[in-house]
Amino acid sequence: MANTDLALSARGVRMEYRDRSSDTRLVAIEAMDLDVADREFVSLLGPSGCGKSTFLKIVNGLLKATAGEIRLRRNGKGREDAMVFQDAALFPWYSVLDNVAYGLVCAGVKNDEARKRAAPLVELVGLQGFEAKYPYQLSGGMQQRANLARALAVDAPILLMDEPFASLDAQTREVMQAELLRIWNAAQKTVVFVTHQIEEAVYLSDRVIVMSARPGRILADIEIELPRPRALELKRSAQFTAYADQIWKLLASQHAPAAPVGQA
Amino acid sequence: MSVESATTYRVIYPRVRRRRPPLVRWYRRNERVVLGLGGLAAFVVLWQVLSGAGVVDPLFFGSPQGVFQAGVREVQIPRFWNDVRYSLTEVTVGFLASLVLAVPLGLAIGWYRRVSFAFDPWLNFLNAIPRPALIPLVVLWVGLGIEMKTIIVFLGGFFSIILPTVEGVRTVDQQLLDVAHSFRASQRRLFTSVVIPATVPFIAAGVRLALGRLLIGVVVAELYAQTEGIGVLIERAADVLDGNRMLFGVLLFTLMGVLTTEAAGRVERHFQRWRPSANLDLEEGT
Ligand SMILES: Nc1ncnc2c1ncn2[C@@H]1O[C@H](COP(=O)(O)OP(=O)(O)OP(=O)(O)O)[C@@H](O)[C@H]1O
Ligand SMILES: [Mg+2]
Repeated sequence: MANTDLALSARGVRMEYRDRSSDTRLVAIEAMDLDVADREFVSLLGPSGCGKSTFLKIVNGLLKATAGEIRLRRNGKGREDAMVFQDAALFPWYSVLDNVAYGLVCAGVKNDEARKRAAPLVELVGLQGFEAKYPYQLSGGMQQRANLARALAVDAPILLMDEPFASLDAQTREVMQAELLRIWNAAQKTVVFVTHQIEEAVYLSDRVIVMSARPGRILADIEIELPRPRALELKRSAQFTAYADQIWKLLASQHAPAAPVGQA
Repeated sequence: MSVESATTYRVIYPRVRRRRPPLVRWYRRNERVVLGLGGLAAFVVLWQVLSGAGVVDPLFFGSPQGVFQAGVREVQIPRFWNDVRYSLTEVTVGFLASLVLAVPLGLAIGWYRRVSFAFDPWLNFLNAIPRPALIPLVVLWVGLGIEMKTIIVFLGGFFSIILPTVEGVRTVDQQLLDVAHSFRASQRRLFTSVVIPATVPFIAAGVRLALGRLLIGVVVAELYAQTEGIGVLIERAADVLDGNRMLFGVLLFTLMGVLTTEAAGRVERHFQRWRPSANLDLEEGT
């Protein structure tokens, strides 16, 4: 890494979920050491249930790890990080605009001002005309885009994104990918991006972290040395496919029968 | 496809929206009201005819005309309006007090584990008491006046509202709480943006339940106390075997029930515009 100024640093992060009823522990994350440089774009890839969402929630402060330490680079102006949730998780009782403005309102911005600042983001994710609609009036992909806009609205330097494009169609997904890269570049963000799509990870990232099946640990940390800006045609280059192949093989190795539940 | 193909298909047709004559359209839009009122009118007519023919004894079962005449006589007596005023006051004060106390307390019990530990045994214990059994005790404390009846009404409303409210808070979607925490919502905003909106449907269900119980409470308490109120009106009519006047009193309580339920429904729909089911009626109607 050229830039040694870290945005995020995780050391020995371990996560055990306790099951109160049977008093067993489920090790979701065994040990995670991860450094993310400032303005770096890092993707987490791994089998379902390997602890990707758990890791993002620990970074975001929603969960307390069982062991280990996380450092986030301080942001003098406000929040360090903002989360795009895996399920859109919009407030059903708020309009699209109020959902997008939510983080700003939480940060103490007055309602009217927050709406004014949220409006361009609604447009950015292509939801103009739907500002006053309630979430149930949106399709799954539209809800996911509102979820993305909500996280972007607070303008935090670190973006934690949990499968933000999972429910989008291929075309919208490509548009959103390009848009994300544009924002990442223009606003100088650091992104930790969870996805199941190998192509997406390679195309977007500076580094791809491949995780093992549960209990999660890092299998490989692959630097993607493709030049930026990246055109869509890059996806058909030999170099790109080589990366994708390498990752695919690592993931395929994890599809052995899963470890039994409950062992600590 | 070849002609001799034996494959058959089930065809699913779209909903055809033919333009119907205005009268039919008006009927479709108001079908519920028309059929409801129609059924009611048919019942009243049948009742009148049967009692006129002597098939049902008007002395015991009254007749629509008799009830109407009893009503006309009643509304000219000052004591009637006094009774109405008492019943309305008991119901209004009792209900508002139960709402104002049950909702915040319910939110606190549902949210704060320690508050719930302290209050849960009381809630279950007190809710298990059949409320009419408390009437003599309340009479001992505050006498036979309006206070006693208001307290009985209050008790009926309070438990009907607080229990669903607690339940509502406990079932708030964890995901949404995560979102609020993720954006570092203050405790206050957590309540106003997540806990309370998510609990509104539960509170509304409680209020609907409360309105029913409330009216039972007021009738039982008034019949017991025999001081003032529509319940006493019924009792006085019973003393002189005036079936029509008794039914008129029953009708007044019914009217109160219908009107309060309708009002609660309107308030509820206003608060739940965001719910697809709450909008169904509106969207299909237009
Ligand atoms: N709240 C919870 N309580 C108990 N166990 C949990 C909880 N959340 C997650 N887990 C367990 O932790 C493990 C990791 O879950 P997590 O949601 O982090 O997976 P993930 O990598 O995001 O999977 P996916 O790709 O399917 O979203 C899973 O095996 C799951 O069973
Ligand atoms: Mg996940």
